[in-house]
Amino acid sequence: MQLICVDELHKSFGDLEVLKGVSFSVKEGEVVAIIGRSGSGKSTLLRVLNGLESFGDGIVNIDGKRVSGLKADLIPLRLKVGMVFQQFNLFPHLTAGENVMLAPKVVKKESREHVTELAMEMLERVGLADKFNAYPDQLSGGQQQRVAIARALAMRPKVLLCDEITSALDPELVDEVLEVVQRLAADGMTLIMVTHEMRFAREVGDTLIFMHQGKVHEMGAPEELFTRPQTPELASFVKSVL
Amino acid sequence: MAYQFSFEAIASNWELLARGVALTVVLTAIGSFVGIIIGTVGAVSRAWTLPLLSQVFTVYIECVRNTPFLVQLYFIFFGLPALGVKLNGWEASVLTMVINLGAYSTEIIRAGVMSIPKGLLEAAESLAMNRWQALRYVVLRPALKNVWPALCSQIVIVMLGSSVCSQIAAQELTYAANLIQTQTFRAFEIYLTSTLLYLMLAVLVRKCLNQIGMRFIERRKA
Amino acid sequence: MIQFTLWDIVSHLLIGMGWTVGLSFAAFILGSTAGMVMLFARISPNPLLRQLAKIYIEFFQGTPLLMQLFLLFFGLALMGIDISALATALIGLTLFTSAYLAEIWRGCVESLPFGQWEASASLAMNRWQQMRYVIIPQAVRISLPPTVGFSVQVVKGTAVTSIIGFMEITKTGTMIANATFKPMLVYGLVAIGYFLICFPLSAFARRVERRSYATYMR
Ligand SMILES: Nc1ncnc2c1ncn2[C@@H]1O[C@H](COP(=O)(O)OP(=O)(O)O)[C@@H](O)[C@H]1O
Ligand SMILES: [Mg+2]
Repeated sequence: MQLICVDELHKSFGDLEVLKGVSFSVKEGEVVAIIGRSGSGKSTLLRVLNGLESFGDGIVNIDGKRVSGLKADLIPLRLKVGMVFQQFNLFPHLTAGENVMLAPKVVKKESREHVTELAMEMLERVGLADKFNAYPDQLSGGQQQRVAIARALAMRPKVLLCDEITSALDPELVDEVLEVVQRLAADGMTLIMVTHEMRFAREVGDTLIFMHQGKVHEMGAPEELFTRPQTPELASFVKSVL
Repeated sequence: MAYQFSFEAIASNWELLARGVALTVVLTAIGSFVGIIIGTVGAVSRAWTLPLLSQVFTVYIECVRNTPFLVQLYFIFFGLPALGVKLNGWEASVLTMVINLGAYSTEIIRAGVMSIPKGLLEAAESLAMNRWQALRYVVLRPALKNVWPALCSQIVIVMLGSSVCSQIAAQELTYAANLIQTQTFRAFEIYLTSTLLYLMLAVLVRKCLNQIGMRFIERRKA
Repeated sequence: MIQFTLWDIVSHLLIGMGWTVGLSFAAFILGSTAGMVMLFARISPNPLLRQLAKIYIEFFQGTPLLMQLFLLFFGLALMGIDISALATALIGLTLFTSAYLAEIWRGCVESLPFGQWEASASLAMNRWQQMRYVIIPQAVRISLPPTVGFSVQVVKGTAVTSIIGFMEITKTGTMIANATFKPMLVYGLVAIGYFLICFPLSAFARRVERRSYATYMR
């Protein structure tokens, strides 16, 4: 079943057209890796899927519901779509546990006992059960990003969007975050990841999307695309990052 | 110098001074508490540019910031009765304090709200929070924390400024000093004493506010 | 009872306003000069000088302007010096202004990265040369908005001098209000008078702040 269906999506910032007719779809449990040069519209695409940006022409369907751009539809959309950011964006005044508990508590109005349990479970899932009471500034970048993942997971989203979640990390901290994501993928979580980790995209991704100048330039099985790129743009991109 | 300093007159009037200190503190406390509430509402309406409310706050702030406390006090105390609003010296002083701290807090807290990185708001949004939830749980506390030192300084400045409330017979510290002065003619001694009392108050109030900041705003143990 | 026309009231207030402007201006100029001296003392390498400047600043920032004026007035009287309300107001406001400006400017000097001191030292500049050619020129730029902003506080501070009897606009207003029994009108006009002086200063401070922020971002 298609969980996400994007058809001829257009998006402009003023006169600058950033997405020029993007189409693709994502099945439940699928792991999609998106690659492409800086400025090709990857972040914008993810932000549209989460309702952080409005869009112009085109159709976006998520879990059988058409994304309208109406304010009233934003909350239901975001309950289904979680997001992890490049800069972690943890709430600095809350502990790791409180960061995870906040949205279930105030948005879903779940009971205190339940969200505490939930937060513990989610932090365990990212290997940080012992950091429940630590504040973000007491955590390493890799740990902060794992808390951010736990925070998104606590809302039980149907799909998790990850925008270059390892780009702000010191190289030695990248793997601990990727391991968490890999485990999520193995557990059947639907994932859309913008990433510069080509090895990861190749090994964990079910589908690879190469974005170029606001369009899906190539799409297919990662192995296939990496070994036999169909367009000179992808070929040169692959060459430049390997 | 021939002049004989005598602090006896002050010692025998210590109760008056203590009462003056207490009332200055109460005046400042009410002004700060209500002022910060007004300031929070104002800061949010200006940061979000809520129609009407944000314009009202802009005019309010400009009026308060660009006129002296003393003139506001006179206007409220002597002028408002013409509109049928009769306030005694104490009530007029409280009102003027609230109006001032409300205006200054609005500006200060707004700067705090603006200082919250956009990414935090987006994170809150992506977790399906609405604007109010994001404000309440994500923005307000870090914003207040960022500007708390500025807010404390402003509260101390306004507290010292409240010394002119003595002019409309609000019985705060300066009023007590004036009263003792007219009874004993020990002007220099009494004003020196009350000046030092203000200095101590300024230090203590700042300390207290820092504690409050740590306890309620930072809310974390080291 | 004498009848006051609106124009009578306004013209008297305008004269008072002239004194307010004059006093503010004089206090600001003298206060900046004294403030510069205090600034140098406050950041001097000599610890005694630094400490003295710190006490001076903390005293004037930690006590009401009204008390400072009272102390000055009665203190000088004790020493046998009879001093006019104008002189008391001018000296008092100058001291007050110097303390605040010294502290504002210290913040500006200290906000410069330490690398600026190190780089200029590495070029064999002495402390005076560092200040003169490297630190002050940069500090002046960032200090412009808060300095202009503080000038508004000086203007508003002059109102307090009405209490010791200096005939500026507030004192004039009090006398007219008592004579005309129109306090609402008179104090309203007084407030407008202050607004006309202060608002342009506030607006200017905001503008230079935005501009310096823009150059900073560049
Ligand atoms: N809020 C915005 N306003 C104007 N232009 C934007 C905005 N966000 C992104 N852009 C522009 O859109 C283009 C695509 O950006 P982005 O989606 O961030 O690309 P990527 O994530 O692939 O690097 C860039 O040219 C960028 O400058
Ligand atoms: Mg990006």
